[in-house]
Parts: sequence; structure tokens; C-alpha cells
Amino acid sequence: MEEVPRDCPGADSAQAGLGASCQGCPNQRLCASGAGAAPDPAIEEIKEKMKTVKHKILVLSGKGGVGKSTFSAHLAYGLAEDENTQVALLDIDICGPSIPKIMGLEGEQVHQSGSGWSPVYVEDNLGVMSVGFLLSSPDDAVIWRGPKKNGMIKQFLRDVDWGDVDYLLVDTPPGTSDEHLSVVQYLAAAHIDGAVIITTPQEISLQDVRKEINFCHKVKLPIIGVVENMSGFVCPKCKKESQIFPPTSGGAEAMCQDLKIPLLGKVPLDPHIGKSCDKGQSFFVEAPDSPATLGYRSIIQKIQEFCRLHQSKEETSSVPKAC
Amino acid sequence: MEGDTEPGNLAGVRHIILVLSGKGGVGKSTISTELALALHHEGKKVGILDVDLCGPSIPRMLQAQGKAVHQCDRGWVPVFVDREQSISLMSVGFLLENPDEAVVWRGPKKNALIKQFVSDVAWGELDCLVVDTPPGTSDEHMAVVEALRPYRPLRALVITTPQAVSVGDVRRELTFCKKIGLQVMGVVENMSGFVCPHCAECTSIFSRGGGEELARLAGVPFLGSVPLDPELTRSLEEGHDLTQELPKSPAFPALTSIARKILDSLPTMLS
Repeated sequence: MEEVPRDCPGADSAQAGLGASCQGCPNQRLCASGAGAAPDPAIEEIKEKMKTVKHKILVLSGKGGVGKSTFSAHLAYGLAEDENTQVALLDIDICGPSIPKIMGLEGEQVHQSGSGWSPVYVEDNLGVMSVGFLLSSPDDAVIWRGPKKNGMIKQFLRDVDWGDVDYLLVDTPPGTSDEHLSVVQYLAAAHIDGAVIITTPQEISLQDVRKEINFCHKVKLPIIGVVENMSGFVCPKCKKESQIFPPTSGGAEAMCQDLKIPLLGKVPLDPHIGKSCDKGQSFFVEAPDSPATLGYRSIIQKIQEFCRLHQSKEETSSVPKAC
Repeated sequence: MEGDTEPGNLAGVRHIILVLSGKGGVGKSTISTELALALHHEGKKVGILDVDLCGPSIPRMLQAQGKAVHQCDRGWVPVFVDREQSISLMSVGFLLENPDEAVVWRGPKKNALIKQFVSDVAWGELDCLVVDTPPGTSDEHMAVVEALRPYRPLRALVITTPQAVSVGDVRRELTFCKKIGLQVMGVVENMSGFVCPHCAECTSIFSRGGGEELARLAGVPFLGSVPLDPELTRSLEEGHDLTQELPKSPAFPALTSIARKILDSLPTMLS
């Protein structure tokens, strides 16, 4: 599907294959046959698969480099500290899969079993899947267009044998494109608890994050709340605080008040975080008393609370789920 | 499909530099903007093409948000961000009715707009066109390289931060460049250290060494390190006149040095 007309109505629209702009498009016949409008059978298959997964959380931003993967990894570590909680972390950043490195799993490979692909386990109760495990060299580039990336995401959701899981966390790339649409689409029947949105304090980040929030509203994805990362820096020498990414428009706090979305918390910049991620170790272990660790823990508690409330609402309600 | 390779709207553009990373949030847009300003400071006429369709940051950085894009007989007129009309900009940001509107497009639609940005913008005479890209190695990158390739040899500037997690992603971007035949001019390391304004202690907030390591791995020149400057970030955000603010920043000497190295390595620029 390389050449698509400028005003393509969309493969799943009522006008697919029938519009004026469809003339001459190589996919015209396919679209006109209605094939594009038929729901993907994988959606039902994924719904079945997800029956053993209690809670599904997407970690989104809109902006790159705000700490989505760092947050996803530490959310996973935090939840998995209770050995009775089964945690799964799925990295759908196909072009820039950072999770293997952050979790100290670089070089690990994925194994196939009768029941599908086996995730790579950091702990007995913490399994990870990423395209990074499918690449043979750290220099391998995944140069794929949208449709192929979508196919990979479908496989990750349908073919990985996660087993019984309490929390499935999905780390996403920046943006509002194929990967985001696909994960929401494929999990549509399985029901996502909600999204945690990560930002840094400055307006240039918030600008993109507002778009992401807009995206969530468009696809009816509940928002658990916003995390403001890199929120202030305390100099290790003089202990005075500086704002490295100044909250020129009021930071996440102002945005959340404005859009009536919960601010889950703020995490300060701690140079140890970057170093821990580089070494593939949990920052909670490296710096257990750091204000950043305390910030994370408070946020994780709020997320758990949201999921508990959500679950009890589901259990008492007899109204069908709206996706 | 492109039977005619007449340069059209890119006829007057002397050099094209793609600013890439692989990693998000390393400062591609910031460096693209700062580089364009530094080149302008050196007397060059510069255009900036922002092909980050989901997160178009550059209009805000150059206080050009909300500006209208006009049509002429050769296509869209890029937005001029300075009085002398020597810095021009095109971004999807100008085409959005509401700045909070999300561009939720799949690959093919993004590709179509990028092709239009390349062939239908009347850039005029430019010494240099700086192309800012989103993170990754996907649709936008392939589309912009395919669209630009018939017109000029393409060169890439690759940005990283010092940490290994960045280097891990940016290595893949370098492979992309190699596969797609994009010449890499060099690596720039951004967010290289923060000097505390209270006590002048320099802390490596995002680790250290990544830029040089990456350049060494890829066998390309290491062009320099740009330190974190919150005041410059503030200026970028608060709509200050960057042509005045940038030269005062501690990041300026590094940026000027990088701009000069780039100019030196480009074949015969306009005198």
C-alpha cells in the first residue's frame, strides 16, 4: 500500500473505493469490495487472550524523551515488588525499543513454545516483550512503514503467552499515529483500564501532550492521569533547586486543572535515574531514598487505586462496557 | 511516477540537511532551530521544513504560531519568521485550526503531506534547508528522503544525548542512514551537562560520553556538545526574539562551532 491518493477517504469508511479520489488507486478494488470495513478477526482473538489479564494500562505521551519508557519500567518494577502480583511489560516502540536496555535485558532472545512466544522474565513475576528481543544486533534498524508495525503489534498482543497477569503495561513511542491507533484498536474488545500520560514541565512538551489527551478523548480511552517528569533539579553540591525545563505556562499542574484531568504526581530530575537506566537496573534499588523514588511510589499507589476502583465498578455494574 | 526531475520549488536551495535522531526528546527541533539561527548569524539564508506531523514544535519556538500560510502560483508560501525574510518555515502546525488538535494519521496520509511539503512549497533562494524530523525510522523518514532525493545530495546531522539509552536508539538511526544512502555529516551531543546557576557546579544529568561513543561507533565526525541552558529553553518558549537571545546563551559558542564545521564541510557555499 505504497501509493495512496491525497484525499483517501480511509479504507474503512463508507466511501472506501467509491470516492472520486479513489480512481486509479491500486487499492480501489479491495476497498470497494468492503474488505477494509470488515473487523479484523485478530480483535476477537486478542479479546480471548486478554481474558487472563486483569488490568491493562497504556503509557503515552505525545512528546518524545519525557520518560515514558523509564516510567513504564519503574511502574513494572514497583508493581512487581509484591511477589504475588504478576506484571507484564509490552514495549510497542518498534523503531526505538528502549525497554530491553532499561530492564537489563539486552541481548536476550525470545523463545517459541506450543502456546506462543514466551516473554523474557526479569523476575518470576515480571515478564517483558519488545521488538528489541527480535533484533540480532544493537545496530539493527527497524525501518518499517505503518502497516508492518501494526502487524507486529497484533502479534505481540495475540501470540505472546503472557499467562495469568494482574497488570499489562504497554509502553508506546511518542506521537499519535499507527502504533497508538493499532494498540487501541486491537485491545478495543478487551477493554483498557486507562492511560497514564507523561510530560515534562515546559510548554513545548505540554503542547504535544494536549494533542495526546485529545487523541485519548477521540478514541474514548480513559485517562488515569498525568505524570510530570523532570520536575526540578536539586544540585548535588549546593542542594539548591533549579528548573531545567521551566514550566513557562504553569507546567502539568496548570494543564491538568484546565482540562480537568488528575495530576498523579511530579518526579524530580535525578542524575541517578539516567545512570540506572543505562546500567539496566532499577532506580528504586540504586537510590531508595531519593525524592524521585518517593515521587514514583506515590504515583504507583494512585494507579493501583484507580485500577482497584475500576475493577469494583466493573464487578458491580451490569451495563455493558463502552470501548 | 516522477518522470520530470525538474527541480521546481527546490531549484534555488543550495544544501539540504536532515536533522535526525532515533530517540525522542534529544532536542532535534531545538537544535534544528538553533542551527538555522546560527547559520543565519553567519549570513546565510535559511529555510526550515518541519516534518514532525504529530508533534510540530518549531512554529512555537520561532513565535510563528497561528500564522497563516498563503498560496502563490508556485504553491504554498513558507512563513517568514524574521523581518528581513531570511528565515522561512513550513510546518503542519500552520495548517491546524486548533493547536491542540491531534494529527492522528496513519503512514500513507503522512507520506502524502510530506511529499506536498517538499514539492509544493515555494522556498525560493536558500543557502540551506534544515529538515526537522520526528524520532524513529519510519514513514516520515522514508517519505522525506524519497521526496528530497531527486533534487540534491542529502546530508544528515544526527543528534543524541549523552546516555547509553539514547545511543542505543541512535545507533539504529545511523544504520537507517547507511541503508538509505544518507551521508552523515556528524553527531551532535545535546543536553551535555548542566551548570548550576547557584554554585557553578557542572552535573552530568543525562550521564556522559554518549556523543563521542556514537561518533566513534559510526565512524563519523563528532561535531560537538551543547550544554543544557534553561534560560534558552525559557526564551524558546516565551517567544523572545531568539536572534537576540541566542548569542547570550552558554550554548551559543558550541552551536556556532557546530554551524561553522557544517559550513566548512559543505561544498562551495554562496559567497
